[in-house]
Parts: sequence; C-alpha cells; structure tokens
Amino acid sequence: MKTLSENIKSGIDYASLSRKNRSRDIIFASLGIIVLFIAITTLVALFLDLAVRGAPRLTDPDFYTSFPSRRPLDAGILSAWVGTIMVMLVTAVIAVPLGIAAGLYLEEYASKNWLTDVIEVNVSNLAGVPSIVYGLLALGLFVQTFGMGETVLVAGLVLSLLILPIIIVSTRESIRSIPSELREAAYGLGANQWQTMAMYIIPAAKPGIITGAIVGLSRAIGETAPIITIGALSFIAFLPQSPVSGDFPFISFEWLNSGFTVMPIQMYGWVSRPQADFQITAAAAGVVLIVMTLMMNALAIYIRYRARK
Amino acid sequence: MNGMSKFQTTVQDGSEKPVRKASEHLDHWYLEPDSPTRAKVSNLKFWYGDGTQAIDDVSMPLIDKKVTALIGPSGCGKSTFLRCFNRMHDLYPGVRYSGEINLFPEDENLINLDPNIVRMRVGMVFQKPNPFPKSIYENVVAGLRIRGITKRSLLDEIVEDSLSKAALWDEVKDRLHQPALSMSGGQQQRLCIARALAVEPEILLLDEPTSALDPIATAKVEDLINKLAGDVTVLIVTHNMQQAARISDYTAYMYLGKLIEYNKTNDLFTAPKCQRTEDYITGRFG
Amino acid sequence: MATPSSRRLETSKVQVSTHFLRKREMINQVARYILMLAAIISVLVTVGIVYVLLSEALVFFEQVSVWEFVSSTSWTPMFSRPTFGIWPLLSGTIVVSGIALAVSIPFGLILSVYLSEYANPKVRETVKPILELLEGVPTVVYGYFALIVVTPLLQTFLPGLPGFNMLAPGLVMGIMILPYTTSLSEDAMRAVPNSMREGAYALGYSRFHTATKVVIPAAMSGITAAFILAMSRAVGETMVVAIAAGQMPNFTFNPMEGAATITTFIVQVSMGDVSHGSIAYLSIFAAGMVLFLLTLIFNLIGFYLRKRYRQAY
Repeated sequence: MKTLSENIKSGIDYASLSRKNRSRDIIFASLGIIVLFIAITTLVALFLDLAVRGAPRLTDPDFYTSFPSRRPLDAGILSAWVGTIMVMLVTAVIAVPLGIAAGLYLEEYASKNWLTDVIEVNVSNLAGVPSIVYGLLALGLFVQTFGMGETVLVAGLVLSLLILPIIIVSTRESIRSIPSELREAAYGLGANQWQTMAMYIIPAAKPGIITGAIVGLSRAIGETAPIITIGALSFIAFLPQSPVSGDFPFISFEWLNSGFTVMPIQMYGWVSRPQADFQITAAAAGVVLIVMTLMMNALAIYIRYRARK
Repeated sequence: MNGMSKFQTTVQDGSEKPVRKASEHLDHWYLEPDSPTRAKVSNLKFWYGDGTQAIDDVSMPLIDKKVTALIGPSGCGKSTFLRCFNRMHDLYPGVRYSGEINLFPEDENLINLDPNIVRMRVGMVFQKPNPFPKSIYENVVAGLRIRGITKRSLLDEIVEDSLSKAALWDEVKDRLHQPALSMSGGQQQRLCIARALAVEPEILLLDEPTSALDPIATAKVEDLINKLAGDVTVLIVTHNMQQAARISDYTAYMYLGKLIEYNKTNDLFTAPKCQRTEDYITGRFG
Repeated sequence: MATPSSRRLETSKVQVSTHFLRKREMINQVARYILMLAAIISVLVTVGIVYVLLSEALVFFEQVSVWEFVSSTSWTPMFSRPTFGIWPLLSGTIVVSGIALAVSIPFGLILSVYLSEYANPKVRETVKPILELLEGVPTVVYGYFALIVVTPLLQTFLPGLPGFNMLAPGLVMGIMILPYTTSLSEDAMRAVPNSMREGAYALGYSRFHTATKVVIPAAMSGITAAFILAMSRAVGETMVVAIAAGQMPNFTFNPMEGAATITTFIVQVSMGDVSHGSIAYLSIFAAGMVLFLLTLIFNLIGFYLRKRYRQAY
C-alpha cells in the first residue's frame, strides 16, 4: 500500500511541470523585454527623426542667433532660448526656496494636527492637477485680476506653482531617507529643531534636495500648455531688456515685465504651421529643447551619483 | 547641600536592615548608597504614542559618579527607561510621562523641563555608533557648537581633553581633520563617548553601547567605562549580564516595565533578594 | 535658577550663556513660522485655482444653462449663435485617454512585473534611466512625433486615416505615460513583503505563479491606484492632442477621426484673440472646472488606494 503522499508524488511529472514553468517564465520575461523594446524604439525613433529632419537648421549658426521669421528657413530661436533662460531664472528663484522651505516644514516642524493634514492632502493633490489648469489660474488671477499681462514674471510664477509640489515631495523624500540615528545624535547633544535641521539634516539631504529641484526645473522647461494659456505668442522679434546695464544702478528688473516666448511655445508655433519647411525648424527646435532638458537631467543624475560615493 | 534626597534619609532612618515595603513599589531597594544621589526617579510611568505602557511605576536613585547598569530580558523597558532621562521620546508624537525624575542638587524634575535643555545636561551614547558625517574634530566639538561655544583655543583644549578621557587621543591626534566615518566601529563608538563627554554631562546615558561592536572593541569600551567611574555618573543599558557585572557599581533588574530589584552589583549578582532576579541571572529564564 | 549657566560650576569649561539660548530659541521660532508660511502658500495655490475656476465658471453659467452644458452634444463657442454642450469635448477626452490607457495599462503592468520579479538588479539599473529619459521628453515633442511620424506611419496601414486623428496621439500618449504607470505599479509590487514571495517559492511556485498568484493580488490596490493616477494624467494631457488630433470639437467615439478634448479647447481659445469677459473666454474656465473635478476625483481615489497599501505593509 502506498501512502497518500506517495500517490500524489508518483502522479506528478516533475520534469514536464518544470518545463512548463520554465517556458511560462520565458514567455513572460520576453513580453517584458518586448515592451521595453517598444519604449526604447519610440525614444530612438523620436530622437533620430528630430535630429535628421532638423539637421539643416541645427548646423546653421544663424538658427541660434535669429528671431522667428515668416520664411521658414530664416527663422531662428534667439528670442525663444533667451526667453526660456529668463523664465527659468524666475521659476528657480521662486519655486526652489519655496518648495524646499515647505518640505522642511512638513518634515521637521509640522506637528500632527489638522493644518498639517490639510497641507499634506493639498500637496499630493496639487501634484496631480493638469498643467493647463495652472495656466487658467495664472490667466484668471495674474493676467486678468492683477493686470500683470503676458510677461516673463507671470510665466515664471505659473511654472513655479506648477513644480512646487515636485520640489516639496522630493525635499521630503530626501530628508526622510536620512537615517534617524543622525537626527537622534543631534538631539541627544541638546540641539534644538533649528540646529538639528541647519547643522545636520540639510547638509546630509543636500544632494537629494538639489536633484529634486533640478528635476522640477527640467520639467518646467518643457511645459507648454500653461504658457499658452496666459497668452504667450510664438512670434516675438525682440529680446527682453538686459538685466545688466552700463548705467547706474547697473541692474534692471525691466525684463520681468517684458513680453516673451519660450522654446516649447516656439516649437508648437512652428509645428502648427502648414508649410512643410516649418517642420524642419520645429524639429531643430525640438532637438535644442530636448538637449536643454537632458542636460539638466544629466546634471541631476551626476549629483545623485556623486552623493552616493 | 540640601541635595540629599528623602530616599537617603529613609534608608538611614531605617535600622541596619534595608528598607522594605516602604510602599509596594519600593520593595526592591536593598542598598545603602556610598555617595550622594545624582538623580532620583519616583513613580515613573511612560506611555508610547500608540498608548502602550512601557514603564510601570519605577522608582530608584542614581548614585553620583557611579556606574549603574540596567539589565533585563529584551522588551523589559530598560532602553525606554534610559531614554526618559534625556527625554529622547519627546521626538516622537503622542508620548506621555507621569511621575518624576529629579536631578540633584537642584531637585528639578526633568519631566517638566524643556527637553532640549534636559539633553544639554544629560548626554547619551547610542546602540549603533552614530558620528556625524564630519571630521573627528568637528564631531567632538559638535555639542559645544550647539551650545554657542566658538572660542578656538577652548575647543582645541576640550577636544584633546575629551579624546583623552575616551582613550582615543593617541590613536587619532594626527588625523583630527579626517572624516569620522573612516574610523573603525569601535573607534567611532569611543568618539561618540568623547562627543558626549566634551560637554560635561551631569549624567551619561549609554544605550547598549557595545552591542554593535566586536569583542576587542567591546573590551576597550568597557575599560573606558571603568575609567569613567568616579568621574561621571553613568547609566548603562546592557543585554549582557557579564558586562553589567564587570563594569557597574549598581545594577537594576527590570522586567515587563517594572523595576524588580536594585542593589549594589556585587550583592545583586551574588545574593539576589528576589526569586525572579535569581531566575534571570542564573539563566533559568530570559 | 534652572538655567544651565547659573547651574554650572565656576570651574566648568562649558559655560552656556542664557543669551545664546534665548537667541537660539528665537531663531528656531522665526524659522518655524517662515517655513510654515511657505507650506501654507502651497495651500493658497489650490485655493486660487478653485477661486478662479469657480468665479469665472459661475459667470459662464449665468449665461448658459447647466442643462445645456451637460446634455447638448454641440460645442460651438465661436459661432454667432454659440452652443455649449460639453459632450463633444468629453468624447474626445474619453477616446484619446482610452487609447492611451489601453496601451499604458497592459504595458505598464507587464513592465513592472518584469522589473520587480524577473529582471536582475543590473537590468533594473539600466532600465530606470531609459524610463526617466522617456519621461523627460517635453510633451510638445511627443505631439510633433505623433503628427509628423506616427500618423504617416499609421496611414500606410490605414489608408483612410486623416492627418488629424485621435489614434496617433492616443498611442503616443500611452508610451509617454508608461514610465509613470510602471514606476507607480512597481512601487506597489515592491511594497509586497519578501516573506510572501519566499512563502510562495517554498511551496514550489514558479516565478510566473508567484507573480500572478501572490504578488499581483497582494499589490492590487497599489496597482489600481497606479492606473487611476495614469487616467488622471491622460485626461489632463494637453499638447500631444492639441498638435496631432486637430482642435475641432467633434462628438464621436471613432478614433480614426480628429476631435478636440477639454484641454485642447482651452489651448485653442487661448491661442486666438479672445477678449476678457466674453462668453468664449468664460467657457474655458467652465471646461477647466470640469477637467479639474475629473482629475481631482481620480487623484483622491488614487491617493486613498496608495495610502491603503502603504499602511497594509
């Protein structure tokens, strides 16, 4: 007489079961690789198409130093890249300190009460609000109610608000990744909250915080929809006034109130033109835009890599 | 000095026999202290944020310039008890204390003080060495910087002084400005002790300071603690009874958040008064 | 009497001045309130959004009946006799994000299972930057790609496909939000404790069975959250559709046609010369409010589910 378990054992064909399992595993792993392949193909096709199509304009130095033009092959991105840099400057000055400060408050000071709950729910919700809704906020509030117009300042403001949740969340995550031993060591020596934060937590979290800020800014560079909503134009044939001048007081903030265009708006303006030649200009602008965001991402990755070492 | 606590009076007022049944929870004191009290715990209870009670009505003295060890099975509340002394629990929300921990000679209940001030007066060394990711020098002076002391000559003097007390000076005097994290685990832990000593704490808390160290590093730290006795009031949690026997003058045995027995180390280990203590130290349980 | 300076023996080297302690506490309090102010500003952003959308939409609904808005299937705000039925914009939104999710959900699920259960750490480390790259490409570039590359490519298989259609932007958007869906659902699977996997392997489960019978069910609420948040992302996406789907409101569920979505309608009006206070100007705020409410609902459900799985493990 065999026991029950012996019966079960003899009934199982381990070899075929293992074959079946292995083939299932292989099928699934290949599926994963296929999806990965599709994603990579998309990425490569996108880069290649932009680079090949945009090559004639990209290799023309005038492309970087000319204003947009009605003639596609004369059109350049001067006002767009200058505008992008100025808008990003405003965004960085507003969003980075504000986002880091809010993140620090939530991690270091906030006690468990209703106000903290409201702020937390609010931040995670803001992260999911579509960018164009921020554009409507800027249009209704800054442009119309405050009468600020379609200026560099308003564009910088709206992008700041847009990336604020990204910076808050990444600040909080990098603070949270600091081992609690460091915090306890500081408090154990008699440090108060401010000292613990300023002398120990911020220096340790700095790489993470900076990385988060750069990632947020690189997202802002490519944002188009909210800038369209506030009424930015793609045909701007002038530069904002220079922030530095030869005369006293040498620094001017006139540029904040200037009209502007930015890279993604410029590209969108060209993509929507019917003439085929404008597609070339658009592709070239796309390459420049991608290079700008990639450079920022590479910087972020480099900082993260160096901090890990 | 009005710092002599009532507790001592009680002891002295009693006959040659130790105090017994003064109250239900004081029956574990069997000692006759040989020096003044540095701190006195009275009816201390403690609750974590989730409502669990970790310390249940503990009363005991802490004798000045002696090493007092806390022993007991894991989860008995000895670390929790230690962390009450510098209000470390206050970093986490919802914790609650009742009772008193009075510091002498002022007779101030530290439960009622600002936790940051308490931590300035009561130093602590943690289970895992936790030097700051800075230089050795900066680690030793960290507590001084926190107290707003910046005079370079004074800092230099204190660094040499504290590193010598921590038996580390000779090993590191040539590389004071190298990162502390480049040191071995045992050196890091002695650095943490030097960091705590630099600010002249009234009480030094050691929370299983050798549990993350190898036997040789452990021996060095134990030597160091032995040397500190007579100079600093030390309260140490240890999971190792032999260690408690080796380095402490007084020992308290805790179980389930209660203090079971408190006596001179020698007496507690050779002639425990409570059955439960005896069971624990003879290895019958725990 | 309790100050450390008075308490310290005269011989002690470590003398703490009460002045320093007072200063330190003052800085601490000032810092607390400055940082708190920054955190409160983030709340003001939400308040601002709700205020702007509500106040302009209320003016809009003084002129257009709510019933027309929710029931009519014609959206012609620029006509001399404008009509305001939200359905053509909703249908466009539903079709485009439907296609995007049809790509992104299965792909994201496969990829996240592959990354969390199959791939070795080396592969994972290489794939992460690729996904980040995919996420870093500006949406306007994806729009260009859908219009200039994908639509002509599709036209070789589907000869009748017009230059503006919802299929191409939908597909491209699906790939575009793939990193988002993948990382969210991978997070959910990573949160499943290893002891559960080990339990399954100890019973003789294969990788495939461990993934499908143990990990995915255990991570279900997190995976659902990932898809709902992806849905919110797709509904709010603007530029890909604005460039590649045309901007003509069109009440259809046929992906082969061009159409407008809620977001592209807002772009279209903003690009034109619309005077402040006109009915067309007001209509973008009404449309924006619908968009905000839709994404808010998705986000709240998503966050609730995410919070639940984080508490579970």
